[in-house]
Amino acid sequence: MSYVLCPEIPEPGFSFENCKRNALLESKGFTTPKAIKTGTTIVGIVYKDGVILGADTRATEDTTVADKNCEKIHFLAPNMYCCGAGTAADTEMTTQMVAAQLELHKLYTNREARVATANQLLKQYLFSYQGYIGAALILGGVDIEGPHLHMIYPHGSSVDLPYATMGSGSLAAISVFELGWKPEMGEEEGIQLVRNAIAAGIFNDLGSGSNVDVCIIRKGVVDYRRTYDEANKKGVRQGSYKFPRGATAVLSTKVVDVEEVSVTPVEAERMDVAAF
Amino acid sequence: MMQTGIRPYYPDYSTVPVERQINPYADNGGSVVAIAGKDFVVIGADTRLSSGFSIYTRNQNKLFPLSETTVLGCSGCWCDTLTLTRILKSRMQMYHQEHNKNMSTTAAAQMLSTMLYYKRFFPYYISNILVGLDNEGKGCVYSYDPVGHCEKATYRAGGSAGALLQPLLDNQIGQKNLQKPSQEDLTQEKALSTLKDVFISAAERDIYTGDSVLIKIITKDGTKEETFDLRRD
Repeated sequence: MSYVLCPEIPEPGFSFENCKRNALLESKGFTTPKAIKTGTTIVGIVYKDGVILGADTRATEDTTVADKNCEKIHFLAPNMYCCGAGTAADTEMTTQMVAAQLELHKLYTNREARVATANQLLKQYLFSYQGYIGAALILGGVDIEGPHLHMIYPHGSSVDLPYATMGSGSLAAISVFELGWKPEMGEEEGIQLVRNAIAAGIFNDLGSGSNVDVCIIRKGVVDYRRTYDEANKKGVRQGSYKFPRGATAVLSTKVVDVEEVSVTPVEAERMDVAAF
Repeated sequence: MMQTGIRPYYPDYSTVPVERQINPYADNGGSVVAIAGKDFVVIGADTRLSSGFSIYTRNQNKLFPLSETTVLGCSGCWCDTLTLTRILKSRMQMYHQEHNKNMSTTAAAQMLSTMLYYKRFFPYYISNILVGLDNEGKGCVYSYDPVGHCEKATYRAGGSAGALLQPLLDNQIGQKNLQKPSQEDLTQEKALSTLKDVFISAAERDIYTGDSVLIKIITKDGTKEETFDLRRD
């Protein structure tokens, strides 16, 4: 029985209860609200000691920028991170859910989760929704088998690659990798390459913008560098936009005395256990 | 036995007319802002030309001088802008040759409206803002919809960030929603700094506005030009 103060726990999975109603509204000319997309550049490379992930920080809603500094490199496990492109909510929720599953898996097996496991969990979940969960992911991590980088499409297919890019800026970014990526790269060189790939996306793709986030995963150590580089400096305004006092009209004034509140501590009552 | 009389369906030889469509318009983005004062008018347009998620060029002039005292700012479908401004240029020349004088700003404003309405059922997909000095030397701004509706104003924002900027101009230039509006005339410096600041804000939130702004300042002494950098992402 559900009660106002103690609501029933909802059924697991998605609720489809509004599908019919929404279809009816749509057929009557009501336009459905659009989801925020991350219109993104996300990249990842394998280097000498691990993997480096990179992302821009712009989120768009059609042609307007919804978030100027959003986080697109999501935590999965202490040794694994995942870049997300596509519908912002889907990338966020999918990675959160898989992060929880990986934590449980770790506790159950008493071992650090492998990147292949996370890849399998993600692709099977996405495949079961036939592409309706709009998450395009780049999964990177280091486990017992060494460094791994997987690219996962919204329909559930995946490939493991030494370097990968995704999102609307993927073409700009891949051109940087195709020119500069080498096997067994050094860390500084690798970070610079990732930065350049993201910057290519930021400047040449309108869906990507703002800052560069970088995440370096080595064996046993993660170095998450939020706002590694501010690719674009914000313009400096010339005018002052402070409103003078009295700019807003006062229509009416009413002064109310604040009521004095006194607090009387109540001694906690002991539970009645006589019946047991 | 073979059945006869029923025509088999061969899609390649179908007699039913098939409707096919192409989209003759493109949205190449861009924003235009114009502010008029007592004896001047400033107009600025960003220089980014784009389509979808890609930038065609970071340095495209979208301001077209029609005469010594008149400038037109265009944003929207770039191919339509090219066609419209080409025709406008020749119309200005024809007027000059027939009347032996330059067309006034007010006359050019009226002509633009007529030219846009002429294409009522296949319009130029452009957001136009025409500025200039009138016969008394006062700054004026005319804004248009794609089919020729013309509205005279003192300030206006148009193009992809038009809806973002207009309320800001209403408050800062039009002094709307202020209890004590200032009685002083708008200065050229204030108009120019507001115009620049407004473009900085537009570049923050509109993906089709950026790279730089080209500004023209029209006074009785002629037209001055200025550029101003914006963010490039």
